[in-house]
Amino acid sequence: MSNIIASTAKRARKLTEVEVEEIEHEMELYPDKQAVGLEALKIVQKHQGWVSDESMLAISKYLDISIGDLEGVATFFNLVYRRPVGRNVILFCNSVSCWIMGCKTMRTHINNKLGIDFGETTQDGDFTFLPVPCLGDCDRAPVMMVGDDLHRNLTKDGIDQIITSYKAKD
Amino acid sequence: MVVKPLTKNIDMSRPPLDISAYENNDGYQSIKAIAGGLSPADVLQIVKDSGLKGRGGAGFPTGLKWSFVPQGDNSPSQKYFVVNGDEMEPGTFKDRLLMEGDPHLLIEGIIIGAYTIQANTAYIFLRGEYKVSERMLKKAISEAYTKGYLGKNIQGTGFNLDIIVHTSAGRYICGEETALLNALEGKRANPRAKPPFPQVSGLWGKPTIVNNVETVCNLPGIITYGVNWYHSLTKGNDHGTKLFGISGKIKRPGCWELPLGIPIRELLEDYGGGMRDGLGLRAFLPGGGSTDFMLPEHLDIKLDYDEIAKVGSRLATGTMILLDDQTCPVGMVGNLMKFFAHESCGFCTPCRDGLPWVDEIFNEFESGRGTEKDLGILHEHVDYLGPGRTFCALAPGATAPLGSGLKYFSEDFKKHIKEKRCPYEH
Repeated sequence: MSNIIASTAKRARKLTEVEVEEIEHEMELYPDKQAVGLEALKIVQKHQGWVSDESMLAISKYLDISIGDLEGVATFFNLVYRRPVGRNVILFCNSVSCWIMGCKTMRTHINNKLGIDFGETTQDGDFTFLPVPCLGDCDRAPVMMVGDDLHRNLTKDGIDQIITSYKAKD
Repeated sequence: MVVKPLTKNIDMSRPPLDISAYENNDGYQSIKAIAGGLSPADVLQIVKDSGLKGRGGAGFPTGLKWSFVPQGDNSPSQKYFVVNGDEMEPGTFKDRLLMEGDPHLLIEGIIIGAYTIQANTAYIFLRGEYKVSERMLKKAISEAYTKGYLGKNIQGTGFNLDIIVHTSAGRYICGEETALLNALEGKRANPRAKPPFPQVSGLWGKPTIVNNVETVCNLPGIITYGVNWYHSLTKGNDHGTKLFGISGKIKRPGCWELPLGIPIRELLEDYGGGMRDGLGLRAFLPGGGSTDFMLPEHLDIKLDYDEIAKVGSRLATGTMILLDDQTCPVGMVGNLMKFFAHESCGFCTPCRDGLPWVDEIFNEFESGRGTEKDLGILHEHVDYLGPGRTFCALAPGATAPLGSGLKYFSEDFKKHIKEKRCPYEH
């Protein structure tokens, strides 16, 4: 069953006060409610980690956007997660400059080290591994983001250190 | 004389200049000049005379674009000025430098552009992954409000302007200006049919200008130092300076502001330091992933919009991607095709179905299963996905490296078929 059909059988959850406050703030910046749809998805994701069917229904109701339209937006953008992700999301650039600079080897290294490939999450929930189009830091390729942080000139040793540092934070 | 108007304040080893330091280095002088009596029509004329062309890729004259916005009592009073900061062209890393390095320059440029078309609201459409840019821009915007460069009655001009930072959530197609407008309106970011052009009916149906970050950053210098100064910067036919970048296996990859019109060789050798030891230059994409390959024999061509067009490619974003002689050209084109297939919005059939098919064939080549028939299908797609066949420019952009790659690397494609493997994998 597709997400859309599944979500209609579910109930909206209640948006938290903080979520509502942040969505209201965004509404001041745009002339209509529909424009706030993506912002609302991002706000919910920031607080919940991902966007569940129940969250989708809640936003749809709050902003008076049809669930179909909202799903159309949610599934369109790379950075809106409609499935749970780990505490740290690795956005791994696999576009052309990083490819030339050997990102394939780095991908294999992460794969071996964490036991996950693109689209997967480690069993302990520490990391989700996702590909991302060109991160715009091509003179320091290969690069990847972990959470909000950008990591450049990746090497196998560097990746080991990066992973350890995020594990320590959790 | 200022020779690097875009990067004169940028030093990435420290945070960007705050508003006072920025003002002390001729910052916001253009707004003072406007307050001193330049009408929107005056500014439009100056920008037209400057010859500034869009730096986002298409190279369309900025003043001409602005002149299509209806003005006067019968025009809609609500107009929008939108900055395209959705930098996602593969191999392009110039707008990030400007936004992280000198956010006030962009804000000053936005005020000039918005004043010229009389837009009271401006949106910066920023790539969601550009977290540092977001932070720097928001801080600078708040400083600009405090000093009266934004808000009501800016510097006594009677002109009002608010700037809003919109962070996107990652889709290359949002760089296409009509798709960007749909995304800003909270819709799925499919491109719109043109006409009507955004200049007449854009964001929420109102007259809208969409300009690239680097384009907008050219404006403060033009107004502050004048058209003659701007014309003196170039070494070619097009005016001004440009950010040029190099990535790939070169000694010193990076991004530099240089006059338009310098030879490509100068950029690669004097600034980039030449290829890494033991490697030769096989080919390069001159301005991001959707430009045609050029060859070492083209190195003496000038970095100029028309000169590069003469050899069948585009200056586009000015950020070059180098292919060395030890990296598989088929693999490189295949990587680009995977990107374009993934980033297709899925609205029109040739792009939605054609690009994944092309991608799949490149996978076959990589795993040694490519055939002559496959090669024929790739050649067909250069036409099927080319200009005029699709709803927007995404798929035609993909045919640039595909078509030129098939032409320049035909021996490599054949080797993959004959040896039933990638000859570059050892």
